[in-house]
Amino acid sequence: MDTNQYLEMFIDESKEHLQSCNEHLLELEKNPQDLAIVNEIFRSAHTLKGMSATMGYEDIADLTHMMENVLDAIRNSKIPVTTEIFDVVLQAVDYLEEMVMDIASGGTGKKDVRELVDSLNRIEAGGAVITAAVVETAVTVTEEKVALSYDDYEMTVISQSFEQGFNALEITVELREDCVLKAARVFMVFGILEKVGEIIKSEPKVEQLENEEFAETFTVALITKESADVLREKVMKVSEVEAVTVSALTNDYLLNGKRAKDDEALKAIETAVTVQQGTDVGKEPADQKGKRNTGVQSGNKTIRVNIDRLDILMNLFEELVIDRGRLQSIASELQNPELNETVERMTRVSGDLQSIILNMRMIPVETVFNRFPKMVRQLARDLDKKVNLEIIGAETELDRTVIDEIGDPLVHLIRNALDHGVESPAERLAKGKPEEGTVTLRAYHSGNHVFIELEDDGSGVSRERVVAKAIANGIVTEEIAKTMTDRQVAELILASGFSTAEKISDVSGRGVGLDVVKNTIESLGGYISIESTEGQGSLFQVQLPLTLSIISVMLVELEKEVYAIPLSSIIETAIIQTSDILSAHNQKVIDFRGNIVPLVYLKEIFEMPGHDESESFQSVVIVRKGEKLAGLVVDSFIGQQEIVLKSLGNYLQSVFAISGATILGNGQVALIVDCNSLIK
Amino acid sequence: MTEMLNQDEMKVIVFELMDKEYAISVDVVQSIEKMLSISRVPKTPSYVKGVLNLRGVVTPIVDLRARFGLDTKEMDESTRIIIVTLEDYDVGLIVDAANDVLDIPAESIEPQPEVVGSIEVDFLSGVAKVDKRLLVMLNLDKVLEPIKRVTSDDL
Repeated sequence: MDTNQYLEMFIDESKEHLQSCNEHLLELEKNPQDLAIVNEIFRSAHTLKGMSATMGYEDIADLTHMMENVLDAIRNSKIPVTTEIFDVVLQAVDYLEEMVMDIASGGTGKKDVRELVDSLNRIEAGGAVITAAVVETAVTVTEEKVALSYDDYEMTVISQSFEQGFNALEITVELREDCVLKAARVFMVFGILEKVGEIIKSEPKVEQLENEEFAETFTVALITKESADVLREKVMKVSEVEAVTVSALTNDYLLNGKRAKDDEALKAIETAVTVQQGTDVGKEPADQKGKRNTGVQSGNKTIRVNIDRLDILMNLFEELVIDRGRLQSIASELQNPELNETVERMTRVSGDLQSIILNMRMIPVETVFNRFPKMVRQLARDLDKKVNLEIIGAETELDRTVIDEIGDPLVHLIRNALDHGVESPAERLAKGKPEEGTVTLRAYHSGNHVFIELEDDGSGVSRERVVAKAIANGIVTEEIAKTMTDRQVAELILASGFSTAEKISDVSGRGVGLDVVKNTIESLGGYISIESTEGQGSLFQVQLPLTLSIISVMLVELEKEVYAIPLSSIIETAIIQTSDILSAHNQKVIDFRGNIVPLVYLKEIFEMPGHDESESFQSVVIVRKGEKLAGLVVDSFIGQQEIVLKSLGNYLQSVFAISGATILGNGQVALIVDCNSLIK
Repeated sequence: MTEMLNQDEMKVIVFELMDKEYAISVDVVQSIEKMLSISRVPKTPSYVKGVLNLRGVVTPIVDLRARFGLDTKEMDESTRIIIVTLEDYDVGLIVDAANDVLDIPAESIEPQPEVVGSIEVDFLSGVAKVDKRLLVMLNLDKVLEPIKRVTSDDL
């Protein structure tokens, strides 16, 4: 089978399933008794196994298979959930992630999994000892069971039904010896069962049952969501039924050809299924051949669209917007009421269309956040600290382009919070704080921005230490340090070459400081600030634009050319008197609210005929790069506008002071000024 | 189909520059446009005329005359922009006129002569004689080597 065309889908879905495993495992660690969670994990693992086997990735299939066995043992209460098991299973998920990533980057997805498979095996075997006792006590209940055998097709049906959250039961009905109308009773039993599920097999066969060609007992296999006890009761209500035995089919049975013989297992599944029914009501797709159920999130109907296609759609749409602009100007010239009306309608519709297209590119920040719980768990263990990570607002949506970039800076901040922020349990107790530190990751919308905050209740930023270090590193002078506010001091830790770690630890302090985070965020058009109270904790606030493909700019004119300056860099615009321009060495400067701000003559930079100093007023755009300011001198301001960011392409790889281009309403290309490269 | 043709014939777009005829393979040509309004991009080599909006894609434009070091000429009615697509970028070439598509037999293409006009020999991949016309085959990879990073340090 040529599987290449499915590769992308495989990778995407695998990642989803692994993420789901991760999340549910962490949840399970908090509630080890909640077997519904195990079922979720089991389902993800099972799907992953099936997919990888189909795609020919044997190592992944092997590892998931062993993981499944362990999970099965857990949900059948054969083995208790312990930290040790967790570590191994989480490591298995880690391995699987690595393998999937390898495949995604063109590799073979092969990895030496023997050691891990061995430990999984050991865990499973360790559980078996405990199981023996359970089986013995349960044996009297289940000894009368008649095992059916299933062919491949039926096996598939059963395992798929597990994925859909159904339960497969074998029901053995024993009629009274003196039963007269055996076929009628069979009919009634079937009637009951077919109301609550689907019968996939019976022994003897249906025709034989109808012809009364059987003794007193018959067995049917049923796929249902009903619990075994309810079923037993219902079937017992049929007159002349002597006994009913219900036993559950498990995946374990399907996979290994052995069946779970203990009633414990049955009960476990029952509770699991009932719990799940509570949460999943109405969400289970009724048709089995349709979409595959990937868990609780299957409530919405979605379609996976390649981001490139959305980009094409966006490009086409921009064309439309440009033509709309032309139409508008033609209409205003012609003054034809009907034409005007049509153009107005078109303007409204295309406006709505624009917001829909933009919305399609938005994805919840969850896709980044959900890798953090596991990371925090691991980090806390490595650092010997107790940390509880709270995530708020994971559903907050951001443009895909921003999501792709924001992950690494957040990892850095979280590591920093755990390493430098949260104290060790002993220290915390000594300070009268709860032993477990709390780190809160929060996302929310505000205006045209998304805010992501990381708050910890740790030790906060020590002014004394930061100032000492900043002076030692020559970042500030002693005099300036004295005048700085606490906030300014805290933000010093974002300065380049700064690290407050007194010793280099594994987690942070490898010379890569928070300045990298700051730079990344600023390159995204964002902004980071710190609030900190010594002894009580810190709050890192990251402000990001909603999208990178559409930005707000100030359009300015230089001669006849139009340039765009991103609003994120602009502090304000000003008209200054030429006589207020001062000279410092060879640099023209102005006094802007007490700051000496150097002037940059954009015409000079952009190689245009010289600036006219005879004008009595100059239009200046005050821009900033971090703490540094500059005033860009332009001919005139056109106004503020939202524009679509376009690259200049690969031919013009990097042009000085130009970060990209955009297309204006009249179809002209305007260049976007890169303020960062204008300020050294 | 095209491969079959390629073995003995090559389809080319013929364009004019300083009264000489040049040819590039039709495979790399995306479209031929009339003159559009171009926005200048500062701090780029003089032969980069700027960028234009080609149906929503910002496309850089190279003036071939300037690239070859020839005298520049005012744009007129016959001026065309040939949009070519190379490996990972699109570039528009300003030429005096573009009005012919020809099939040239492979055997008519000869290695470049030592000197052809004043154009750098590097830019040429050969010449083709078709009937009485002499077509100069361009080596676009050389003509359109991406503009290297221009940083503030270089200025």
